[in-house]
Amino acid sequence: MNSIAIRAEGHTVRIPSRTRRGTGWVHAATDVAFSAYRGGVHALVGESGCGKTTFASAVLGMLPPGTMAAGELDYVDASGTRTPLTAGRDGAARAAKLRGRVIGYVPQSPATYLTPVRTVGSQLGETVRELGGARNPQDLLAQVNLEAQALDAFPHELSGGMLQRAAIAFALAGGPDVLLADEPVSGLDPDLAQLTLGLLRRVADAGAAVVLITHDLQRLADSGTADEVSVMYAGRIVESGPASEVLELPSHPYSRDLLAALPANGLQAMPGTSPELTDLPPEYSYAERLAAAAEAGYAR
Amino acid sequence: MPAELSAVNAGFSYGGTPVLRNVTISVPAGGQIGLTGPSGSGKTTLARILAGLLPAGEGTVTCNGQPVQRPWKQKGHGCGIAMLFQSPRASCSPRLTLRQIIAEGAGRTSRGGRARRVEQLAAQVQLTPDLLDRYPSEVSDGQLQRACLARSLAAEPGYLICDEATAMLDAATTASLVRVISSEVESRGMGVLALSHDRPLLEAWCTSVTSLAALSAASGER
Repeated sequence: MNSIAIRAEGHTVRIPSRTRRGTGWVHAATDVAFSAYRGGVHALVGESGCGKTTFASAVLGMLPPGTMAAGELDYVDASGTRTPLTAGRDGAARAAKLRGRVIGYVPQSPATYLTPVRTVGSQLGETVRELGGARNPQDLLAQVNLEAQALDAFPHELSGGMLQRAAIAFALAGGPDVLLADEPVSGLDPDLAQLTLGLLRRVADAGAAVVLITHDLQRLADSGTADEVSVMYAGRIVESGPASEVLELPSHPYSRDLLAALPANGLQAMPGTSPELTDLPPEYSYAERLAAAAEAGYAR
Repeated sequence: MPAELSAVNAGFSYGGTPVLRNVTISVPAGGQIGLTGPSGSGKTTLARILAGLLPAGEGTVTCNGQPVQRPWKQKGHGCGIAMLFQSPRASCSPRLTLRQIIAEGAGRTSRGGRARRVEQLAAQVQLTPDLLDRYPSEVSDGQLQRACLARSLAAEPGYLICDEATAMLDAATTASLVRVISSEVESRGMGVLALSHDRPLLEAWCTSVTSLAALSAASGER
């Protein structure tokens, strides 16, 4: 327990972008340091478009073709053996072998990941067989508080909250050592969000390392799910530490402004807008956004 | 003539199944009213009735004393009721640029006047000029919702109905949209009805917050 499972050091990702406005590089991650431990929940937070989901793609070996990755991003097994997930030509292939079996993934908007013409049970059964999972579909659904009737339902017959929990059951099918959940509570009402975050907490308590990607700081703070929180801005981690510290006494100005925008903290609009990550200047930081906003006449 | 958007004893049924019964609500000009209720409680139906998108099955809906009509029957902008929807993707044409989307709301003016108005609105909702020539597929949900808000405000509506308009957005974008809406309330006396299942958000945003269940119960006692 409490051994490191995901470790990033100097992790940098540049994704080629080709649009009708021209070509460029999306600075999706810059010098990211991140570590997730078994038995813990590490939340990665930040505004939409800051690079959180790309971090998940990197861990899963699903970065788009042509992406340049530098630095280290490793899966470390319980005996301490490292598997680099992005380094070299075959990084993505190594990550693909771990995907599902060792690193489970709960995708954003789970409804779009299921086949609409097959029941949840038939798809979950297939997933368990393919991954060689030890647990049967009934068992997996019970773990996420879904009744066995859901097995016979088609995806459109389940509510958003039920689908979100079903997605967690799919992610647990291979008995993963790491669970990566991308925005698992967006669009859920407070009670369902609390229930879903509680499930992720239990997965961590049972020994897995959980990485929770979310922009919903309110639910995160209310639920007390996370042990550690890292705040991402424009592809960089600006602050990282124990959840109680980062969510209550943040030290970085960006984290402070992000928390002040929460309804419970006064709904204060953040200065300026988040930048496009395409061809971001190398030394870009939140200070530049503050300066630009001040120039445009922003005042609290 | 009371300056308010109101429904009195409004009711609505979908094919015999009642979703709203005896709802009485008033949104005064210059007021920001929050309305909560769980998913499926009829919030969106009420919003559509108040906006004239759906005729009320029972009761009356009036805006500044005049009955609210279906939008295509109103002359000009009617008394000016605008609506901001939950999904910006579903409420924009994918074939129009953000500039054209915002201009849709600006009505008939000279071309130069409209271009200036679009730029002014874009600045108000913090959309940078380079985003205005993009299509919806080339911007984020937050950026597209900013454009939808600019479109709603373009005709200077007397009332704005926000139906879970920030449910898909992060807290930072939510706070900045609320700031824009509140400043319209302060500067022009626009009335706002905000519907959401997020009560803490409404309590931080609105001058008064009530639940749909409480509205129906209160009118039932009369």
